[in-house]
Amino acid sequence: MATTIYIDDRAYNADPKQNVLHACLSLGFNLPYFCWHPAMGSVGACRQCAVKQFKDEKDKHGKIVMACMTASAEGTRISIQDPEVAEFRAAVIEGMMSNHPHDCPVCDEGGHCHLQDMTVMTGHDYRRYEFQKRTFRNQYLGPLVNHEMNRCIQCSRCVRFYREYAGGRDFDVFGLRDQVYFGRQADGILENEFSGNLVEVCPTGVFTDKTLKQHYARKWDMQMAPSVCVHCGLGCNTTPGERYGTLRQIVTRYNSEVNGYFLCNRGRYGYEFVNSEHRIRASRLVRDDNPTNLTKAEAIERLAPLVAEGRKAIGIGSPRASLESNFLLRTLVGRERFYAGVSDDHFKLISTMIEILRGGPAHSPSLREIELSDAVLILGEDVTNVAARMALSLRQSVRQQPMQIADKMRIPLWDDHAVRDALQDAKGPLFIASPAATNLDDVATHTYRAAPNDVARLGFAIACLIDKTAPAVSDLPVDLWTLAEGIAQALKKAHQPLIISGPSCNNEAVIQAAANVARALCAVGPKAGLSFTMPECNSFGLALMDAAPLSQAFQAVRDGAADAIVILENDLYRRAPAPSVDAFLSGTKDVTVLDHLLNQTAAIATLAIPAGTFAEVDGTLVSSEGRAQRFYQVFVPEGDIQASWQWLRDVMAAAGRQEGTAWQDIDDVIAAMGAAIPALAQVQKAAPGAAFRIVGQKVPREPERYSGRTAMLANISVNEPKPPDDPNTPLSFSMEGTLEQPPAALIPFFWSPGWNSIQATNFYQTEIAGPLRGGDPGVRLIGPAAQLHGTYFDQIPAAFAPSGDEWLLVPLYHIFGSEELSLSASALAELAPKPYVAVNAEDAKRLRVEAGEQIAMKVDGAAYILPAKIKAELPPGIAGLPAGLPGLAGIALPARTVLEKEGEPLHSS
Amino acid sequence: METPLTKNIPTNGDGPLDLKAYEKAGGYESLRKALRMPPADITELVKKSDLKGRGGAGFPTGEKWSFVPVGADAPHPKYLVANADEMEPGTFKDRLLLEGDPHQLIEGMIAAAYAVQADIGYIFLRAEYTLAAERMRKAIAEAYDDHHLGKNILGSTYSFDIHLHVSAGRYMCGEETALLNALEGKRANPRSKPPFPQVSGLWGKPTVVQNVETLCNVPHIVNHGPDWFKSLSHTADGGTKLYGVSGKVKRPGLWELPMGTTVREILEEHAGGMREGLKFRGLLPGGASTDFLTKQHLDTRMDFTEVQKAGSRMGTGTMIVLDDHTCPVGMLWNLEHFFAQESCGWCTPCWSGLNWAERILRSLEEGTGQPGDLEKLGFQTKINAPGHTFCALAPGAMEPLQSALKYFREDFEQHIREHRCPWK
Repeated sequence: MATTIYIDDRAYNADPKQNVLHACLSLGFNLPYFCWHPAMGSVGACRQCAVKQFKDEKDKHGKIVMACMTASAEGTRISIQDPEVAEFRAAVIEGMMSNHPHDCPVCDEGGHCHLQDMTVMTGHDYRRYEFQKRTFRNQYLGPLVNHEMNRCIQCSRCVRFYREYAGGRDFDVFGLRDQVYFGRQADGILENEFSGNLVEVCPTGVFTDKTLKQHYARKWDMQMAPSVCVHCGLGCNTTPGERYGTLRQIVTRYNSEVNGYFLCNRGRYGYEFVNSEHRIRASRLVRDDNPTNLTKAEAIERLAPLVAEGRKAIGIGSPRASLESNFLLRTLVGRERFYAGVSDDHFKLISTMIEILRGGPAHSPSLREIELSDAVLILGEDVTNVAARMALSLRQSVRQQPMQIADKMRIPLWDDHAVRDALQDAKGPLFIASPAATNLDDVATHTYRAAPNDVARLGFAIACLIDKTAPAVSDLPVDLWTLAEGIAQALKKAHQPLIISGPSCNNEAVIQAAANVARALCAVGPKAGLSFTMPECNSFGLALMDAAPLSQAFQAVRDGAADAIVILENDLYRRAPAPSVDAFLSGTKDVTVLDHLLNQTAAIATLAIPAGTFAEVDGTLVSSEGRAQRFYQVFVPEGDIQASWQWLRDVMAAAGRQEGTAWQDIDDVIAAMGAAIPALAQVQKAAPGAAFRIVGQKVPREPERYSGRTAMLANISVNEPKPPDDPNTPLSFSMEGTLEQPPAALIPFFWSPGWNSIQATNFYQTEIAGPLRGGDPGVRLIGPAAQLHGTYFDQIPAAFAPSGDEWLLVPLYHIFGSEELSLSASALAELAPKPYVAVNAEDAKRLRVEAGEQIAMKVDGAAYILPAKIKAELPPGIAGLPAGLPGLAGIALPARTVLEKEGEPLHSS
Repeated sequence: METPLTKNIPTNGDGPLDLKAYEKAGGYESLRKALRMPPADITELVKKSDLKGRGGAGFPTGEKWSFVPVGADAPHPKYLVANADEMEPGTFKDRLLLEGDPHQLIEGMIAAAYAVQADIGYIFLRAEYTLAAERMRKAIAEAYDDHHLGKNILGSTYSFDIHLHVSAGRYMCGEETALLNALEGKRANPRSKPPFPQVSGLWGKPTVVQNVETLCNVPHIVNHGPDWFKSLSHTADGGTKLYGVSGKVKRPGLWELPMGTTVREILEEHAGGMREGLKFRGLLPGGASTDFLTKQHLDTRMDFTEVQKAGSRMGTGTMIVLDDHTCPVGMLWNLEHFFAQESCGWCTPCWSGLNWAERILRSLEEGTGQPGDLEKLGFQTKINAPGHTFCALAPGAMEPLQSALKYFREDFEQHIREHRCPWK
């Protein structure tokens, strides 16, 4: 129900559950602000959004109030233009500026600085403060965030985000008066996984992107396009920026259903792999161990005969390649000869997860829905390290239930600190069952540390406590029953309960248990959400393509049923143990790899082809929610780099295949894909087609003020080159084009007159913090079928029992280190852990090792010697191995293995 | 003239009455009476007495209590906090009560707590008041020993605990919501209001924060009734008031006098007038954060209504006197230095404006003031007006400044003209 409020004597509709600042910005008014943040609410600190409030029509005097602290109650009457309040707003800026350095020209924030915008907006333009400015010592905060405290205007946004919103502990506010200091107790790397958001949350240049600093360009000088993060399965929306052929930075692309205003550090800083010196920049033929470069035509000519009709080439798809590239490979080699480039374990687990989501009754929630969940059970996932942005949503979800306290006191939910003061430490139910500690444990109601099988058993027990018809678990210890009972009650009482699981434990029973809990909840009442993490950016999409498991590809080579292998954007050494990959790759004469980086697989391929990264090509990815999202080419890379799907199409054309000439652009590929694979029929709705125009014009990737266009390549040729064509999309590689707001899927960057910072997002939303105009981008490909099918899973695993000398080795995930591409981003690589094997203190004692001493072990015949790490919480008999680190990537986990102190075997054999 | 608040305070330098002596002098009588009354009746008594908060704002005490949720579904624990963080410059009235008669405060706290059915009490004490801390601790221990505190007070069904909390020492902590944050172990920034502490206070629970002097009045109101209390006063605001005078007067000090005693009487009769050779120029009537009053206001009655009519506030009722041998600009610099230093840094007009004002005042004193400076100072008083800032600190800091600019403008201008402080 809307209320009527009056702004400068005109009536407008407003949301009574919101404040006047929210209303003014939603209506498009230029009302400056600092401390208020659309995701974090109001605190009334900066006093910048002052308006004049009048009691009624007759009140001509009015009083100055803060718009952010004033409810949009029926009949609220305010003025933005009133001269007294306009003077006040200018005075607030003047006060902030009293200490702010005049270093805009050399400040990284310049050109996308909210403080600059607001200063201009209030009209403050003359310095009257004549005293010395206060100065601070800046801190080293790690490789991601730069600190320049002299620029601080004391709005407190950073500390509110870091501590209150993201749960960080190693950053705080110190000091008082005009010398408030935001930083750490001492120099050091910011520990929180979301610290990178400080660069956007900070309205000025205190916190800036340290990686951007290495290759700086102003926002207005960057070429940008809508993109999707490739560093986990969540599909966060991003805006990458490029200049001179180098990717410079990533900022958040708002999507109310997905990532909202925030990204995790892996998503923000992983981009540096695009600029890596290990990129494959030209086709590379290896003959007798000698690599030579091929031209584009030579590469195509070389590959075409291998995949011609009648040949026996097989293709290995990729969970980190686009739908289009996978589909092209599938078409090229034939559906029966197309294999999923994931481990067989993951293949099975992901198929099971998708089957469960298709069958219902629980649906897979968006991140926004996850944030609104009021009771959460996590089975087997370390969310912060696997799907980090989801952890940020979960941190907010634990506040849902306690919000009733604030409601009862009639505290509006936007009144952030009043709500926090009323709620104090009250937290809603969040239960985490996993083998090792997680970074959400501090907000959990209860944590349960156990082997994957026991995690599953707990889940099964909860399900049957919720719904008696679900299969029961026998021999569960009493304390576990009590825990299960408590969790079952909390979930049943919730309005929007949520179960989170996924393939991290590599244990099907864990996933099935999660499905049972969700099914049981739906059977007895509350509409439960069921969210499965996906390991990679297109794991979900690849799983919809009817690929066969990787082991069958290995078998085909062993059987002599394949004479060439085409590997799409994949390092198989991360998918299977090295000996089997070695055997596979040496089993045929021709191994072609299309990829970005010269990884282990590409390095031994006979032909390596330079495939464009997300920033250099167009494509579609399907997120763990089941949302198909388009990412757009940000820039035209140098040399022969192009999309894998373009390479494969060109190869098909060269091989005389009709599709190779028929599929001119990405729209043709998507249409063909939809026709061939019904599950992907909706993909074309994810974004407007290439022919889309706004009054005949394309959408420019470059801001209007993009500079140096005529000069930037003048050292090569004084003739200004024609901007490259883009036949695939409605975007242009130019500053010319429509000035209108494009549809949400096509927003290359957020900008609005007078709003150069990312806060311009306000003007692209239907209302502040609501959906983007015309609906948030992406189309959901999956939902519970109208006719629900499926039943409870009833294969309940046996409890884990530690056995003598053998440990169960389980994967432990690291936000920096476990994911392949971001490992090649130098700033993140710096933060990745060194390989280790973790056991609890008791087990370490049994092994007679201290932390840091070497442990020897054998997995699948391969020997490893790794330093011991003591993780107190690991259950007895469970050892943890970091997932995905170089040297450990292909190990199939969980595995049973003997651990020994190096040089001191327990039993000589 | 009755002096209920100070009647038990030894004037010979002895320590305060212990519990036995206090009871012998009629102490804890209100407790026995109150515990037999319905809690709401006590609130009603206090309402009828017109007792107004003595911490400076003068909010009606009974009305404040009536906002606390009561009844079976009211949230618990509820808290009563005695604000003993007396850091207002020039103010030392609560110190006398804390050091001189600690049991009176305890008795007042129990009666107030009983009225709102609070479970736990805190005394939030200024860090420098070490003697008060020692004496309060002893009195609290005595009260526990004699079942005046703790479970089932005096055999009744009512239980109440008191904890003494010694502040880490910031002016900001005297603001009731910042005080609550400090008590919770958080940074002492003020909280937004609404919600008021009576609804969402300490640890999110209903809380009444009350000045020491206010609480000390409660037992007497319970004992003698609202009509008696009102009869103590010269004016409509009930009771007596501790008035203090500091500055270059003959007898600086503190006196319990009928509410509404005139400025002149306090200054001339009780403080003995100005020291020999000095002339009165003006005074801040109720601590540093009140507007100057001058000669023309000497017959103003010191109560919440009359001082306001004269363009200032009674505040804490403890005046700081300015004489003609003291530089008003220097005095202002001193005050604004204090306020600027004590700004918590939360809201922009306060942290930036107080700093700016302080710098200008310093430059005037150092002889580097410039034409236009007074306009800048005036501008800051306008920008930091009540309601513009997050809490009352900055508007309070502007009160002496804005009135000094009005009454002593020539002194300011002289500083600029002569590029020096004429008093140096």
